[in-house]
Amino acid sequence: MAWVNAIIQGILTGGLYALFACGLSLMFGVMKVVNLAHGDLAVVAGYIAVGVIAVTHMPVLWTIPVVVVLMAIIGYVLQRSVIQGAISRGELTTLIVTFGLSIIIENGLQQFFTANSRGLGVGDSFVTASFSIGSQITIAWLDLGIFVLAVIVLLGLQQYLSLSRYGRLIRAVADDREASQLSGADYRHVFGIAAAIAFGTVAIAGICEGMITTISPTLGTDTILLFAFASVVIGGLGSLWGTLLGGVILGVAQAVGAQINPSWEQLAGYAVFLLVLVIRPQGLVSQGAQ
Amino acid sequence: MSNRLDGGAPLLEVRDLVVHHGQLRALSGISLTVYPGEVYALIGANGAGKSTLLRTIAGLHHPTSGSISYDGRNVTGLRPERRATAGIVMVPEGRRLFPSLTLEENLKVGSSYARKGPWTIERVYELFPWMKERRGQRAAQMSGGEQQSVAIGRALVANPRVLLLDELSLGLAPVIVQRIYAMLPHVLESGITVLLVEQDVSQALRVATHLQCLLEGHTTLEGTPAEVTREQVEAAYFGVTDGSKALWPGLMPSSRAY
Amino acid sequence: MTENVATTIRSSEPAFKVTRSRRNVAWSGIGAIAAIVVLFAFPYYVGPGTTGIMVQGLIVLTLASMWNLLAGYAGLVSVGQQAFFGLGAYFVLIPAMHGITPWAGLVIATIGAGVCALPLWWLVARLRLGYFAIATWVLASVVMLVIEQISSIGGGTGEPLPGLTGMQPAVLTAYTYWAALIVAVLAIGGVYFLLRSRVGLVLTAIRDDERAARSSGVRVGLARLLVFVVAAAGCGAAGGVLAIEQLQVVPGTSGGVFSVQWTAEMAFAVIIGGIGTIEGPIVGTVVYMVLQQTLQSYNAWYLIVLGLVAIVIALFARRGLWGTVDERFNIRLFPVGYHLWAPGERRGRKRVPAHAAQ
Repeated sequence: MAWVNAIIQGILTGGLYALFACGLSLMFGVMKVVNLAHGDLAVVAGYIAVGVIAVTHMPVLWTIPVVVVLMAIIGYVLQRSVIQGAISRGELTTLIVTFGLSIIIENGLQQFFTANSRGLGVGDSFVTASFSIGSQITIAWLDLGIFVLAVIVLLGLQQYLSLSRYGRLIRAVADDREASQLSGADYRHVFGIAAAIAFGTVAIAGICEGMITTISPTLGTDTILLFAFASVVIGGLGSLWGTLLGGVILGVAQAVGAQINPSWEQLAGYAVFLLVLVIRPQGLVSQGAQ
Repeated sequence: MSNRLDGGAPLLEVRDLVVHHGQLRALSGISLTVYPGEVYALIGANGAGKSTLLRTIAGLHHPTSGSISYDGRNVTGLRPERRATAGIVMVPEGRRLFPSLTLEENLKVGSSYARKGPWTIERVYELFPWMKERRGQRAAQMSGGEQQSVAIGRALVANPRVLLLDELSLGLAPVIVQRIYAMLPHVLESGITVLLVEQDVSQALRVATHLQCLLEGHTTLEGTPAEVTREQVEAAYFGVTDGSKALWPGLMPSSRAY
Repeated sequence: MTENVATTIRSSEPAFKVTRSRRNVAWSGIGAIAAIVVLFAFPYYVGPGTTGIMVQGLIVLTLASMWNLLAGYAGLVSVGQQAFFGLGAYFVLIPAMHGITPWAGLVIATIGAGVCALPLWWLVARLRLGYFAIATWVLASVVMLVIEQISSIGGGTGEPLPGLTGMQPAVLTAYTYWAALIVAVLAIGGVYFLLRSRVGLVLTAIRDDERAARSSGVRVGLARLLVFVVAAAGCGAAGGVLAIEQLQVVPGTSGGVFSVQWTAEMAFAVIIGGIGTIEGPIVGTVVYMVLQQTLQSYNAWYLIVLGLVAIVIALFARRGLWGTVDERFNIRLFPVGYHLWAPGERRGRKRVPAHAAQ
């Protein structure tokens, strides 16, 4: 039935939304920075992948590790320089700086790549390949693969934060910056690591987006940033699985809305977002105060 | 002035420290010297500047003027995390554990940038046996006394040379405070020097080898517990003077009685 | 802008005085009126091309004043003001489609946008700074999506503005210009008088120490709501002017009335010019216009440069161009604060006599 297919599709899309969102959530949780350029970073990663493919002709999936490393380095450097400078000057400055970065990135991309959208070719057969459950339900391999990838990344991130030394430091700095200094941690460096992770994860998401559909210069602020934010709000800050839940709910809401009326797709998602904002602003899986 | 019988070099030297909180002058030219092996207590009423002094030594405040020397090095401009890795580690006022981390994770963070030395997480568990079973508990769920012990443990695993203790007794029942201070000898015998801030004067007098009293950013008394009388301490603490006698050369005391 | 000496004590002893500014700003009041008169006369001796550019500038000036009010005085960083800008355009379009002249529609746009601000405020009022910013962006997107559903007003492709055909182009240009000028003057004037009033005092108290203000009984939420509504109204009026200027209303995020580009322009103008001062947005708009004109042939470059300059100023010259000047020379063309004078203290070049009344 069309409805079941739609809901399944929504769940799978939700995984990608969660992947978009986890970096935004991380940067806010650790540094209290709302990165308004977050969505645009995904698009940048997509365009870098386009460039890498154009030069090296490597398969799309191989570009992921390359671009992720590159974006992580960019994230660390940008954090230690510009964003750290903004943080030390206050929240307003941080918003202005990230907003400025967003505008610069979007318009820069538009200048160099035109406003047209691009896709990352995965090979036609792969895109349309699908399997069936029973006689009514069809799932595209690519969509499922991306969902699995998203879950793996989130799982890996959660394990990293729980078990590794830097994961602990990130959580400690997020809890109490001063106290972490007293234990010998340079919080600026830890911020940089967190930013690198945020940039890296959103890069994976951006490339995936390019594989499923297309990317364009304004996609970052047209949808990605807003979807990521909505996922975080619905799911609740401070929990990666909450973010996954938020993404899935958003995806399902959009899919259901699209079933009723194709032009209601985004609105349906935002309606759920507004509902959660009004009724339970701390999110569905809250870990305490916002 | 007290006699320092060691003859060795001072471990920590603060000279003429002036510290402001915005417009307010919190410390007006404070000096102190701490020798290895001492338990140096800073006492004084609320707002005297004791915690400010400790936080400045730890690097969390920038002095307006004055200098801080550690082991012969000028560390006045050093960032707090660099001081910690150099061996100046503070247990901050109010414990300040990482609430979302477990007991053991708090200790692990403390040991992340630790110097080489005798203190390990295992040794902290020996000092506070109750911690071993509760190692997986979230720090936020522990009582005040337990948190204080964990905070001390977190500082110890960094293997400091100078341990700064800021208001250990704050908000804790006297019995708990006693128990916590009972671990002090174990700390000292591992070669750590202690500089502590304490509002509870009798507690300070019990453990200190030297003490210094602050009042409104000035030093009003300095010496060993053996040298000073109770009346002197009270007078220095409250800033009470009997008529014309100046309490401390150069200091104009207030004539308020508290 | 005349002086307002708050207290006067008739006695033989000199008294403390409280005034609204350091210098006698009567001259700046006259200067402002003169400037407005000059600006009004523009269409008579300047070509329509230049007038069109001025209209653009006046729109951005109005928007910048509103954004400054929000962010600089009420601490509300909104990245979604394009919602009200667009709503204003539609509040001119829809009445025009039913026979009401767009000139009157401007009034409807102002009020309508202000009214729309109320439910939107209710949704985002409790959010902290960063969350508030993105939430306003989401709301703008929602508003746009809803409007795009309504095909009777053009849906996603836009709709031409009726009611102005039959006017001579030169006359239309002049009227458009005057409308834009009136909107801008009212916007800046409105902000000025709002900040001089009790509300302004409340906003300063909130800015300095919100918790203290709250515990003193100051209605923080109400003041912020008022500012949000006023800013929405101002942006709505500007949107109405745009509808008249373009003779059409196109939604959509690239170049349409709901484009975040408008917010970028108003925000950057304020940051560059000087946030938290009324003069700042004026200076910032001038900078924006200069950049836009010189880089126009290079498409989106002016936005890139504008963004870069804004970032640099936010990081290294936080008070903006005007703010830096203001700090050094203590000039305030629009005095909204209070100054205390000790008895006999000189102000500017005039000596204030002890028994001064006005």
